[in-house]
Amino acid sequence: MKRLSRYRRHKAAGPLLLIFALLAIGTTFSVASATVKESQSVSARSASIDEGKQIFLKGCSSCHGLNAEGGAIAPSLIGVGAASVDFQVGTGRMPMADMSTQAARKAPVYNEEETAALAAYVASLAPGPSIPEESALNYERDGNSAQGGELFRNNCAMCHNFAGQGGALTQGKYAPTLMGVEPKHIYEAMITGPQSMPVFSDKTITPAEKLSLIKWIKAAEAEPNLGGATMGRIGPVTEGLLAWVLGIGLLIGIAVWLTTRAR
Amino acid sequence: MTSTEKRIGNAASFVDERLGAARWVKKSLNKVFPDHWSFMLGEVCMYSFIILLLSGTFLTFWFDPSQRDVIYEGVYEPLKGLKMSAAYASTLDISFEVRGGLLMRQIHHWAANIFMAAIVAHLLRVFFTGAFRKPREFNWILGILLLTLGLVEGLLGYSLPDDLLSGTGLRITSAIIQAIPVVGTYISFFLFGGAFPGVGFIPRIFTLHILIIPGIFLAVITIHVMLVWYQKHTQFPGVGRTENNVVGHPILPVYMAKAGGFFFVVFGIIAFISAVASINPIWLYGPYTPGQISAGSQPDWYMGWLDGLVRMAPPLETHAFGHTISWNILIPAVIVPGIIFTGMALYPFIESWITGDKREHHLLDRPRNVPNRTALGVMSITFVMISLINGGNDILATNFDLSINQIMWFSRIGIFILPPLSFIITKRLCLSLQRADRELLLHGAETGRLLRLPHGEFVEVHAPISPEKAYLLQSHEQLVALEIEDVDGRGVRRPGALKNKLQRRLSKAHAVSVPKVTEQELKEIENH
Repeated sequence: MKRLSRYRRHKAAGPLLLIFALLAIGTTFSVASATVKESQSVSARSASIDEGKQIFLKGCSSCHGLNAEGGAIAPSLIGVGAASVDFQVGTGRMPMADMSTQAARKAPVYNEEETAALAAYVASLAPGPSIPEESALNYERDGNSAQGGELFRNNCAMCHNFAGQGGALTQGKYAPTLMGVEPKHIYEAMITGPQSMPVFSDKTITPAEKLSLIKWIKAAEAEPNLGGATMGRIGPVTEGLLAWVLGIGLLIGIAVWLTTRAR
Repeated sequence: MTSTEKRIGNAASFVDERLGAARWVKKSLNKVFPDHWSFMLGEVCMYSFIILLLSGTFLTFWFDPSQRDVIYEGVYEPLKGLKMSAAYASTLDISFEVRGGLLMRQIHHWAANIFMAAIVAHLLRVFFTGAFRKPREFNWILGILLLTLGLVEGLLGYSLPDDLLSGTGLRITSAIIQAIPVVGTYISFFLFGGAFPGVGFIPRIFTLHILIIPGIFLAVITIHVMLVWYQKHTQFPGVGRTENNVVGHPILPVYMAKAGGFFFVVFGIIAFISAVASINPIWLYGPYTPGQISAGSQPDWYMGWLDGLVRMAPPLETHAFGHTISWNILIPAVIVPGIIFTGMALYPFIESWITGDKREHHLLDRPRNVPNRTALGVMSITFVMISLINGGNDILATNFDLSINQIMWFSRIGIFILPPLSFIITKRLCLSLQRADRELLLHGAETGRLLRLPHGEFVEVHAPISPEKAYLLQSHEQLVALEIEDVDGRGVRRPGALKNKLQRRLSKAHAVSVPKVTEQELKEIENH
């Protein structure tokens, strides 16, 4: 100890001590925090899987089966992944309001926690696409809207219309409008292919391209009506209607007025 | 005479001595035009055509009719850096960077839509009132020519910006041309300068759209209007109006003031709609690439019925001698429109053959008094409306929660059933209206006032109608069927028995009407 204390006032002692202290604190903290997080996460997950299972049994199993194995009227959910559940439940499509042509977007029935629990439960059945991380959805930073527009016209416009307003499919099915859809849900729809939509895997459209697409859709949503009233951005049908009803209607009205005899 | 008057007088004689125009001007200025709102539909066509010429000229100043590839560097962010044709890029520039450019584009497009709508409305008025009868058959044919030219000109016009929607329209156009047997492929190659899309169609369409077709338009419109001038305008029947006079306002000042003012009204309404409502937002469609398409791709409304006919055609094809004949395109897009337009153009002659009426007509028919023609018109409208509905089947399906397949089947069956049904219903309605006219003339108008007679009977009091109205109700001619014998006076069969039979049948159907009130009947009523 004496020898050690002799170097107490050595000029290198201060910096060395500082480094030692920093290392000690850093290591302790990282080890401690990692273990804490891990243990919390594991327990939370199992808890949320249990919770999700309870919700599933109450709200979903009558169609999808007690073990999510599917049935005559609903598909199996084994292997559809958390992303699928988050999309279907998060956009209100599931649980379905009625068994008609397809599940419509509506106000979600379950809150965020319940949705997450359901997603965790379904994900625990078999591996599948997972919910994209918040950090992987920064489309404003990572996307390119011109490229996104080109991708949109190549892959999406044939069903969702040139401005993402939606369009008709066969037998009463439809591609819904993309206006007002959360970026996370757009992303999930692409990786899971809900209902009539095909899956756009990361090989077909890379994650970066997916962000470009989302950026373009969000830009189209926010775009002001540059030429005046848009009448739905659905092309010439409403334009023709307006030409007849307002245009010819007004002109005939004025022609009648012009040829009315003064009384 | 003041010095000013003298000077003007001198100038006028100077011109008149050289041109001899005074007599013509004097005669023309005293020309009379009858007054009715439906007579102004043709004016709407002419005025919107003038607006189209003016706004179109403005657009040519900046439009670059070229398919040269350019990289877009303009102000519209979502397309920045994309490769596109110079035509599309310059249309974007007109929309966003030329002062007033977007408004001019919208005026041009809205004016085109209203131009076509006004042509159709004008055509319907002329048809339903029988204004196409002798001596105006040629002018009717010129009108059909103008309608056809308008369809083509409109299609070429919305194809010019080279956006995704217009390219889709051209793709379908090239498919329709290719569906014509034997020569179709060659015509398509000739028009597009090779396989679709090629690199030359925009400059070609441009020349047709801004030079050739407007030139033909101007010439035909001039003849059309000059014929109206020369043959005089038709008029509705009424007191003091005969086949030999025209009752109305002289050109100066009343008619001129009204017509001149009406031009500004038409311009004002088109400008108003263009200022508040977007049309053909090409920046949203994106540049045309053959590999891309948008859901709900539709043509402008006047082409929509053709698109609807193609959409409802079942997939019929035959393969013979190494050639494919696509009946599913050939029938709805070439044969049916061909029959419709030829039939329309020839209708004045067909009707005069059926009725055997070769006289001149300057007084118009009230549609109810010619039930067969009116029913035929409504039948045609029904046909086009069903086709038009099917043309927008995808838009209807999404907006009204319907199935696109149901709409298609409705149209497929309806196109055969509903037009004949509407024919029958319209004919019945016309006859009922004639019966009502007869009642009105014989018994007067119902007042809704009930009277109880001393012996307890209730009667409704009828008020006599005005002499003008009474005149109108009995001024039309009674339709009579042609009497065609199969054998002549000596009992020998006349040639063309089948033709005679057809003419007799059609003539009989055409002449179905309620008997007119006779003078004798009126007298009896008066003495009653």
